[in-house]
Amino acid sequence: MIVYILCFILFLVGLYGLITRRNLIKIVISLSIMEFSVFLFLVIIGYIDSGIAPIVDLKETNQIYVDPLPQAMVLTAIVIGLATTAMLLAIAIRLYRKYKTFDIREINNLRG
Amino acid sequence: MMNSLIPIFVILPLATAFLIMILGKFIKGFQKVITPLVLLFLTVLSFYCLLNNHSNSFTYTIGGWEPINNIPIAIHLVMDGFTLILLVIISLIGFLASFYSISYIAKFTSENNFYALLCLMITGMNGVVLSGDLFNLFVFLEIAVIASYALVAFGTEKNELEASFKYQILGGIASFIILFAIALIYWRTKTLNIADISVLLLTTEQNTFDVFVQILLISGFGLKAAMIPFHAWLPDAHSSAPSPISAMLSGVLIKAVGIYVIIRLFFNMFIASEEISILIITLGTLSMVIGVLLAIGQWDIKRLLAYHSISQMGYVILSVGIGLLLMARGTKPTVAALAIAGGLFHMVNHAVFKGLLFLNAGAIEHRINTRNLKEMGGLSQEMPATSATSLVASMSISGIPPFNGFFSKLIIIIAAVQAKFYLLAFLAVFVSIITLASFMKFQRYAFFNKKEYNTNQKIKEVPFPMIFSMAIMGILCLVFSLLAFPDIRDQILGPAVDVLMNAGQYTQTIIGM
Amino acid sequence: MKGMSIIVKKVTQLLSGIIFLYGIYIITHGHLTPGGGFAGGAIIAGAYILLILAFGSDTIKLKNIEKGSSLTESLAIFIVLLLAVLAFFLGSKIFFANYLPKGQLGEIISAGVIPLYNIFIGIEVAAAIITIFLALIIFKEEITK
Repeated sequence: MIVYILCFILFLVGLYGLITRRNLIKIVISLSIMEFSVFLFLVIIGYIDSGIAPIVDLKETNQIYVDPLPQAMVLTAIVIGLATTAMLLAIAIRLYRKYKTFDIREINNLRG
Repeated sequence: MMNSLIPIFVILPLATAFLIMILGKFIKGFQKVITPLVLLFLTVLSFYCLLNNHSNSFTYTIGGWEPINNIPIAIHLVMDGFTLILLVIISLIGFLASFYSISYIAKFTSENNFYALLCLMITGMNGVVLSGDLFNLFVFLEIAVIASYALVAFGTEKNELEASFKYQILGGIASFIILFAIALIYWRTKTLNIADISVLLLTTEQNTFDVFVQILLISGFGLKAAMIPFHAWLPDAHSSAPSPISAMLSGVLIKAVGIYVIIRLFFNMFIASEEISILIITLGTLSMVIGVLLAIGQWDIKRLLAYHSISQMGYVILSVGIGLLLMARGTKPTVAALAIAGGLFHMVNHAVFKGLLFLNAGAIEHRINTRNLKEMGGLSQEMPATSATSLVASMSISGIPPFNGFFSKLIIIIAAVQAKFYLLAFLAVFVSIITLASFMKFQRYAFFNKKEYNTNQKIKEVPFPMIFSMAIMGILCLVFSLLAFPDIRDQILGPAVDVLMNAGQYTQTIIGM
Repeated sequence: MKGMSIIVKKVTQLLSGIIFLYGIYIITHGHLTPGGGFAGGAIIAGAYILLILAFGSDTIKLKNIEKGSSLTESLAIFIVLLLAVLAFFLGSKIFFANYLPKGQLGEIISAGVIPLYNIFIGIEVAAAIITIFLALIIFKEEITK
């Protein structure tokens, strides 16, 4: 149970950073922390006590394996996370070029 | 035959996107020709499937892994009546927007990237509506929205970048909420197939855990669909994107990745419950009323249209929510069917007229380089085609007969009255009147007032591809009114309503039990 | 972009080859052990990125590499798609079907088309990560200029 709570705390750390930080790069980092807390949760739910890595071994037939599906899902989600983070950083650098700052209080053209 | 057609909807735009990136550098103008051609082909194909579909569902197992003991192994692609309606509007609006882009996007650099991203976005949306598997749905959703993040920032000016950053942060949070909900569902049921999950949820008792998951899914997909408490990104993102992309985002994307998934999951996967349907109705009503109130004070045309998107989506959610509530209570199935049909009808109509309005806004911006209503005026003289089509779209969105918007709103209001929700019916009429006022302002300041812009050269009508797209959409605004006739409505929307009303039938076609 | 000191350059020279080989090992054994296209591709990209960071390069050269890597990326993913579509025409009419002989479990040449997918996905991921890295570097160079 404690791992699930830690996972949730990691999510809250990310959320806290997302809400309170003013720097674009720090916001991206906070978003990544949130993302990885969800990935961690996904991996944890696939864990089975005394299970081993899900690689088929012909000699041992009665082996308990951990659930491989969440692991595959996490790999896919990491790829997606990579794309999102790269996109965010590219936009952040472009914003820096236009505004000469990473501070979101100064980047406020759009209102209403 | 129909079954093996299903993957074409995903493969073809995906292949086109990468073909453009490879060949577009060497063959000049390749991207301009191939994208509309491919999307036209998909439009024809989806219309063919829609007209030949007699309330059947088709499934496709990727890799040929058939279910064993009724446990689905492969990723399923499902094509039923509801999916087909979405496929038709995605391909249709995609084709018209890409044809319109031929002249519109010429002023930007890197056209290759634009068309490749457009194709990727269509791949993602087609995948979302076809997918019968929760995680696969999430992956396709991310393909669609990441392409849209890049397309919103395509102008790379201050506003575009800021809007895109905001959109990405909120979209990212939505994605994690959705992924978290999917993880919880997997934890509870140990499966990801929508039909399989629905069977397992039917046989086990519903508890607070399920309600928590449903709330998470509503907030996640509500963020993607920009329902009112989650709407902050939409006006910025939709008004900053290039106009054909705004038409795609407002016309199709928020429906395919937001509304479609909510409807599909809450009708076909979860068991309808009164609390959740009241929540959905409340969100719909809030979006409908607050969206239009925020819209009326806007002077930037594209922002005004973006706020109206929130409001019109409120109609769809409200109407579908009424259907869900009646199903949960188990009373008046005919009224429930009418409400769902009205919601789907309005969704199709909104794709057409909102797409057209954004294309009009793009045409105006293309010629006089402003989006501010106070700096326009008198354009009906110089741009007759734009003016005429925009008049059609404005009348359609504000519900004036004989255009399609009138009939869908009428059906929604009739359904609300028959279900004895008099307050909601009144609000729907009220919002429609404010919409009319708002679009009268748009028409007056853009096309009929005296000139406010100062330019030396004479304003010309936009080039042919743009006029062609706008004219076709204007005609479609009239043609779709035909769906108001009960016979035609049963033919086109009937299969979709059937699929949503009978969750058992949906699971039966996929896992055969 | 400037290069780093002689120690870093020498160590990088020694290491990057080994990292590259390890990436290839991960990709080619993707159907037998954990790893596969994405993990191996990321490792290969890491070897390249290490070299670029250690030795430095001028912006024009970086732009040329970026053009090449983005083209490679599109080509590789297109080939993956072709491999999947090929299954459509080879008898089964099923997208993503495994149409090659499966072979013996545990052998390096087994599992039909899956190693081929792994190889091309590995190339795709490596090229994509290098492209992202170079794009960010080029942005930064243009700002500092």
